[in-house]
Amino acid sequence: MVFRYISPLHPVHQLRREMDRIWSTVMGENKEPPWTGIVRGQPAVNVWETDEALFAELETPGLKSDQLDISVIGDQLTIKVERPEVEESKLTYHRRERPVGAFTRVLRLPVAVEGDRVEAELQNGVLTVRLPKAAAARPRKIQVVTK
Amino acid sequence: MADETTSIKTPASDVAPAEHTRSGYHFQPNVDILEGEDELTVLADVPGATAEGIDLNFEDGTLTIHAKVPPRNEGVDFLVREYGVGDFHREFRVNETIDVGRISAELAEGVLTLHLPKVEAAKPRKITVKT
Repeated sequence: MVFRYISPLHPVHQLRREMDRIWSTVMGENKEPPWTGIVRGQPAVNVWETDEALFAELETPGLKSDQLDISVIGDQLTIKVERPEVEESKLTYHRRERPVGAFTRVLRLPVAVEGDRVEAELQNGVLTVRLPKAAAARPRKIQVVTK
Repeated sequence: MADETTSIKTPASDVAPAEHTRSGYHFQPNVDILEGEDELTVLADVPGATAEGIDLNFEDGTLTIHAKVPPRNEGVDFLVREYGVGDFHREFRVNETIDVGRISAELAEGVLTLHLPKVEAAKPRKITVKT
């Protein structure tokens, strides 16, 4: 249940989506995914680097900064996302595709980063984490700045 | 199932209507469709889209949502690339019970909320039984 499908509109990919949806209904949602696999059930992430920093970007539509938990310990970046259900008892769902629940993504970073200089920014439902490269290994909680 | 993470950009001519000439992937946003007494609510995940880029079009009973997403991170050195950045596009058939003139939409935190009010005749009405 990635927050956004990776594939273009192709019948093969639509079939795959339907199969994955059936599969996740059978298997149950919010299973703790193995960190090595890109398992449906965690948000998709893009990671890139420049000379000075690593960047990790996630699509987190509908989330505010207090529903995100980002921490860096050594060379590991952990992002926890909690997406609440829409509480509407009088409404019936005709279609329900948007994922809800808690998801965790753990990324092993290829270089050491300076934990106390990591910044995170949330804009238009896209979370961007900037990790300045360095040689530190102390755990730090990161404050999310909402724009 | 193998995941395709190719970064080759292909023109989206087979999925987009003629007005959208921007090449690149088009994605289908996840939607929730809820029905209440007065209206249908459509919630669409369109992270990265801006309000100016939302294009809602109703024609021939088909409601089309197109959300332009400004390109970001182009030409960047990716280490992990699990999703691409592109416009969102989705179409819905809207039947006669929707009052098309009163459709409204808002965008917040990358979620587009569409309000599709029902015409008066389609609202549920309590019928009292006289004794």
